Amino acid sequence: MVKTIAEINERIKNGQAVVVTAEEIIEIVEKKGVAEAAKQVDVVTTATFGPMCSSGAYFNFGHTKPKIKAGGGKALLNGIPAYTGWAAVDLYLGATAMADDDPRNKIHPGEFAYGGAHVIEELVAGKDVRLQVEAYGTDCYPRKHLDSWVNIKDLNEAVLFNTRNAYQNYNVAVNLSNKTIYTYLGTLKPNLGNANYCSAGQLSPLLNDPYLKTIGIGTRIWLGGGIGYVAWQGTQFNPHAPRLANGVPKRPAQTLAVIGDLKQMSSEWLKGVSFIGYGTTLNVGIGVPIPILNEEMVKYTAVRDQDLLAAVVDYSEAYPQGKPDVLGEVNYAQLKSGEIEVNGKKVPTSGISSYKKALVIASDLKEQIQKGKFLLTEKVADLPSADDAPKFKPFNERPVKEEK
Amino acid sequence: MNSKKIVLIFPKQKIDQPIVYKLIKEFNLVFNILKASITPDQEGHMVLELEGENAEIEKGIKYLKEQGLKIEALSKDIKVNWDKCVQCSACVSICPTGALYIKDRKTMEVSFDSDKCIACELCIKPCPPRAIEVHF
Repeated sequence: MVKTIAEINERIKNGQAVVVTAEEIIEIVEKKGVAEAAKQVDVVTTATFGPMCSSGAYFNFGHTKPKIKAGGGKALLNGIPAYTGWAAVDLYLGATAMADDDPRNKIHPGEFAYGGAHVIEELVAGKDVRLQVEAYGTDCYPRKHLDSWVNIKDLNEAVLFNTRNAYQNYNVAVNLSNKTIYTYLGTLKPNLGNANYCSAGQLSPLLNDPYLKTIGIGTRIWLGGGIGYVAWQGTQFNPHAPRLANGVPKRPAQTLAVIGDLKQMSSEWLKGVSFIGYGTTLNVGIGVPIPILNEEMVKYTAVRDQDLLAAVVDYSEAYPQGKPDVLGEVNYAQLKSGEIEVNGKKVPTSGISSYKKALVIASDLKEQIQKGKFLLTEKVADLPSADDAPKFKPFNERPVKEEK
Repeated sequence: MNSKKIVLIFPKQKIDQPIVYKLIKEFNLVFNILKASITPDQEGHMVLELEGENAEIEKGIKYLKEQGLKIEALSKDIKVNWDKCVQCSACVSICPTGALYIKDRKTMEVSFDSDKCIACELCIKPCPPRAIEVHF
């Protein structure tokens, strides 16, 4: 049984497409088998909702009178610095940006109450945001100061552009030291006090298409409650990570760079969050539809939590020091049970990515496809595979020696 | 049987006296120490949950006051702002009493049982969307 995306889209337009979530396909395959599932199901929806630091948005705020050139100057949005190294009135605001006078970790652990991610959430929610620009002034852009309220509806463009999202699998973070540590995977209690994981497991987009057979440049996705597209492979893209027999990587592996119109997204699915002692980041909701083109895609999408392994890593020593040491591997069914075993000790678990919200996204995407509101796309180009991707490298440090 | 959570504030000169012990002996109250910070020569704080007949609880509280202790009802009320909650479960392994817990392992929905909460506030800052609020 082989289908094409064009055929599936015809069925979607006619309201005939059979769409199920990546959770529902598991039971269908268990009951009916792979061949029958491939015949019956057209699309499997996958999703994730979690903190994704390499996220941000760019804006064009329109020309003032007289004109101002933010480029090469400084710009703040609600006090948070935005990147101005562009043309006159374009800005990029990153999720982890924070105010110059934020105390950060001066008193450890810092609170990180407000950052770029929170500004993005407020903009999307339709709140007015204060824009301050300091420019140097030119003959064609004479103005040097701007201090004004702006609203997303008045911006020419507001585009979410995230350079690394939807990590295919992630570490399980633990703390072997004897003091609490504060990480991007949450607060980790001493002596293996807890274990924090961050993946939607069996619902997670790239774990359901491990070799990215259907996901590539141009793939239309559910992004932040609106429509987005896969722009490129995400940064730190690593198809070389070790894989299980089912093709799924056991370590953090491939990622997506995604883009979409911020104006039609929702603050419910783009949430500014604060990791104590670490910083701010953006919780991003992503849903990816996987066309069931053949039996192979059924097998991939039917992957279950118990079939997916993640590595337990010590974030007090191995992670910060860049050591490859892994304390063991656990599956997502174990992680979701609330307790895993590490070094012979029972350790309670917490998820940093939200399975419940991922379920909501997968169901919403399913409904949109069923109603004919969301059509699938052919990818324009493949993302790199293990055959053609360069090796994922750590930094090659070449210290600069001061000349005497 | 009734229960009541109270905050005891010990003046520093009372720290060395077995005041709380008498709650069992004289008033037949069961108590649970939820939180205590008692240091010699300093004012001490203790959060107690008292269990017993209402009349006995009242008598016990009266006795504590007569001993020179300051009593406050557990005034801090921890609430989860579910509009802000992102349904991760960062708080669940931080919470020492299981007040923040996973209600359903299939959907991984996070829930809050205020009866189990001892207002220790350990969850407040580790919550990424800062959805857990302390009300006074």
